[in-house]
Amino acid sequence: MTVREADKRVLQTPFHSRTSALCETNLWSPWKAYTVVDCYSVLTNEYFAIRNATAVFDLTPMTKYRITGKDGLAYLDKLMTRKMGKLSPGRVMYSVWCNDLGHVLDDGTVFHLKENHWRLCSQERHLDWLLATAMGFDVDIDDETDDVTGLAVQGPTSCQTLKTMNLQGVENLKPFQLKYFPFDGTELMVSRTGFTGDLGYELWIAPAHAETLWDALFAAGKPYGILPIGTHALDIVRIEAGFIQAGVDFVPALEVVRAGRGRSPFELGLDWLVQFDKPVFNGRKALLEEKEKGSRYRFVRLDVEGNKPANESFIYNGKKEIVGHVTSATWSPSAKMNIALASLDMPWGRTDDEIYTEVYYNRELQWNRLMARCRVVGGAFFDPPRRRKTPPLNY
Amino acid sequence: MKKYDAIVIGAGHNGLTNAAYLAKAGLDVLVLEKNPYIGGATVSRSLYEGWTYSNCSYVCSLFRPEIYRDLELARYGLQIIPYEGGITFMKNGDYFGNYADDERHHREIARHSKRDANAYHRYTADVSRQTRLIRPFMMRTPPDPTSFKPRDVMELIYIIKTYWDLGEEILYDTIRFWTMSVGDFLDEYFESSIIKAHLAGAGIIGTALGVYSPGTAYVLLHHYMGDVDGTIGAWGFARGGMGSIAKALADAFQSFGGEIKVDAGVDKILVSNGRVKGVVLENGDEYHANTVVSNLDPKRTFLKIMEEKDLPADVVKKAKNFKIRGSSGKLNISLDGMPSFYAIPKDHELLKADFHFIDSMERMERAYDDWKNGTWSKDPYLDTLIPTQVDPTMAPPGKHMMTIFVQYCPPKVEGKDWTDEQRDAFGKTVIDQISEYSPDFKDLILHAEIRTPREMENEVGLTEGNIFHGELTMDQLLFNRPFPGYAQYRGPVKGMYMSGSGTHPGGGVMGAPGANSAKEILRDLRRKNTVPEAFSDE
Ligand SMILES: Cc1cc2nc3c(=O)[nH]c(=O)nc-3n(C[C@H](O)[C@H](O)[C@H](O)COP(=O)(O)OP(=O)(O)OC[C@H]3O[C@@H](n4cnc5c(N)ncnc54)[C@H](O)[C@@H]3O)c2cc1C
Repeated sequence: MTVREADKRVLQTPFHSRTSALCETNLWSPWKAYTVVDCYSVLTNEYFAIRNATAVFDLTPMTKYRITGKDGLAYLDKLMTRKMGKLSPGRVMYSVWCNDLGHVLDDGTVFHLKENHWRLCSQERHLDWLLATAMGFDVDIDDETDDVTGLAVQGPTSCQTLKTMNLQGVENLKPFQLKYFPFDGTELMVSRTGFTGDLGYELWIAPAHAETLWDALFAAGKPYGILPIGTHALDIVRIEAGFIQAGVDFVPALEVVRAGRGRSPFELGLDWLVQFDKPVFNGRKALLEEKEKGSRYRFVRLDVEGNKPANESFIYNGKKEIVGHVTSATWSPSAKMNIALASLDMPWGRTDDEIYTEVYYNRELQWNRLMARCRVVGGAFFDPPRRRKTPPLNY
Repeated sequence: MKKYDAIVIGAGHNGLTNAAYLAKAGLDVLVLEKNPYIGGATVSRSLYEGWTYSNCSYVCSLFRPEIYRDLELARYGLQIIPYEGGITFMKNGDYFGNYADDERHHREIARHSKRDANAYHRYTADVSRQTRLIRPFMMRTPPDPTSFKPRDVMELIYIIKTYWDLGEEILYDTIRFWTMSVGDFLDEYFESSIIKAHLAGAGIIGTALGVYSPGTAYVLLHHYMGDVDGTIGAWGFARGGMGSIAKALADAFQSFGGEIKVDAGVDKILVSNGRVKGVVLENGDEYHANTVVSNLDPKRTFLKIMEEKDLPADVVKKAKNFKIRGSSGKLNISLDGMPSFYAIPKDHELLKADFHFIDSMERMERAYDDWKNGTWSKDPYLDTLIPTQVDPTMAPPGKHMMTIFVQYCPPKVEGKDWTDEQRDAFGKTVIDQISEYSPDFKDLILHAEIRTPREMENEVGLTEGNIFHGELTMDQLLFNRPFPGYAQYRGPVKGMYMSGSGTHPGGGVMGAPGANSAKEILRDLRRKNTVPEAFSDE
């Protein structure tokens, strides 16, 4: 019996022939419509490919929208909390977008691909909201998730790898810049973006060229320690970089059912993305009000005492009252810190607050519990200078 | 003339750790290093253009994560990348591959002995039990068992209790373990000689003892008690070479206002009225401080840079009798490409870790016989790695750097000083052994640094070239390191301290001796302690 493509439980990405051949563990998970690798072989090797060499991650399932039309910029300016005016062609911007309550629907990147042509990349699906906001603007919006595929190429030797792949001038790309290169008879778009907080690029191409791209990349990267990585390794580095993830560190506003589950940008530590000096944008009124009245929650990055990751833990104040919970946690092999992202009730999470997390851990089937003191830190846990240098130093 | 609060002699990684914690406590600290570069045995230098060697130590596991974190060494660029794999090549053309994941490892041992594959689980549990016992003592000052000071008594009780809680049987096992030979220990678990040979290496590295000499089981433990990111027993590469550790420590030290002078060999520690007052350099310059820390090994400290007249006679005697026999050599090689090996496909993942070319403990014991006879092993035990398969920073793309640790290599050849010809012949012995297993290795060699104990003594100041600043045998461990009565980092002269690998918990790139010593110094100076508590495994 043949099964219609659309009826399949999970879909395969255009890189599947390559990723499946390399996936020794057979550990896969669904990500949106697709099945993707969690860990190809050895987690630490994949993690260190990102922080030491070149790591390749299949981005196919990222939700992608094509936005075209002469009102595109004005439209995006209304959609996003951040001013989009400076987003000239060839640039990328990170932002969040909110509903009218000022709660975050998602975070993502806007690529100004060409004159009057943008791409919005996000974790969740938003077409309904995007179209609702488009009323009155001369724009076309289309889901292009399956028309464009992508690879994240990240790590200190990633630029060398791309240069060796003959992408001339790629070293001149500044962070959040994009450029087109001829490749395999088509256009390859390369942006200096990523979810790792390290030097890195994302490569975008039509699915028909996916395998050729993969092969060229791995051939070029061989002397630079190239390795495919799965979602598990990526999760560690994104926490090290202090990046939040929809569905993990916050509930996308569209899905919120229970009271108090939505989060504003302020409540996710993203104040810098909210720019009130533009007159109109979704959620502006509510956010202005919140700014005056104060937020309900504070999102913090924590340095947790000891070495046991504080996954799924409560946060307590000095009086042993619950004041929040950890959303993501890991031991950071690069910062050599026990790190966590956490959502706290106001006013907790001020720099000098005495707060603890309750860590449970298992040793030979016996559970133990400890209260670990937490220190609130500003900025990324791990922030190598190579992330910003242009052209990047050789490793 | 400016007076410092403290002077640390020797910019080895322990000296730098010590200095960093003193400076962090607000002291004005000067580090004096005889070489034009820092790091001591934790050093990386470029001797051939485009390549960087880790000239002495080459892999990292023992370095205390508490220090790494507390001094924020990641911010100063330090990165330790764990590796897994390992392989021992066999004379008959076969090999044993030391896979890290349980099932592949089991399958691979079973290829040599099905029973051993299963016995390995018993072996790991027993070794883990021992490492678990010893790890908490790394960041603690050993008690003085003859003292009645409350602190010593409490610490002794703590130790006794830790072991007593285990029950009688395990206590006996522990005592045996600490005194037996690695050979006897492995014979209790395994029947296959290749498995034993692969595991026995850790029991003799850096040690002037053979696999069947009592005390070598502990040396194995010493190599298993570290960790990388919480994986106990794991080893890793320092990105950019082991010198990155010294560099990061130096940066941390300087961030606290510390000062380092290189090309500043200390001739003598100045003592007057039974207390230190500073040091005088080989060039005659003097620097003054009421606290002077020696990061040199105990023999050099007490017999070279201190005057006998300033020391109690028993210390001079103990220093003279201190066991610090050199037994190791090192080759660092620039390679034009990745060598291939007859036994396995090119670029095999097992090559990303340590590889060896000796397949039985009998061969290892014979290698030791050569050392006893005053010459280098003709069929040596090699601990070989090619870190550039992982680290992109130490050789040009596609090229490689190989580090070869050689056991055994004597401090003198048949009682006489090494000659350059002998050194080269020693290098040739090593290269020839590898060439038996690799068709193209010899042709790929672009440059080789060959180091016998002579070079190690002359360049790093390791007496007899002993890599651990003194042997790791029970009579020189814990409260006996370096000597009974002096295991708490304090020297026999007021204001004088020790911080090097010759103190507890001993050799290796660990940082613990330096940190523990700083804690004692700050205590004496009534300063706030800056040294972090150890993480708990529990
Ligand atoms: C060949 C070799 C391989 C090794 N491999 C490993 C390994 O892979 N992993 C591991 O963990 N350990 C290894 N070790 C052991 C480890 O490197 C040492 O135990 C450790 O580095 C010693 O550090 P330290 O700070 O105690 O002393 P040192 O590093 O010996 O520092 C002493 C410093 O004092 C300086 N000095 C000497 N005399 C004077 C003077 N008169 N005046 C001023 N300065 C002076 C020296 O130049 C040196 O910088 C190895 C050692 C060697 C030699």
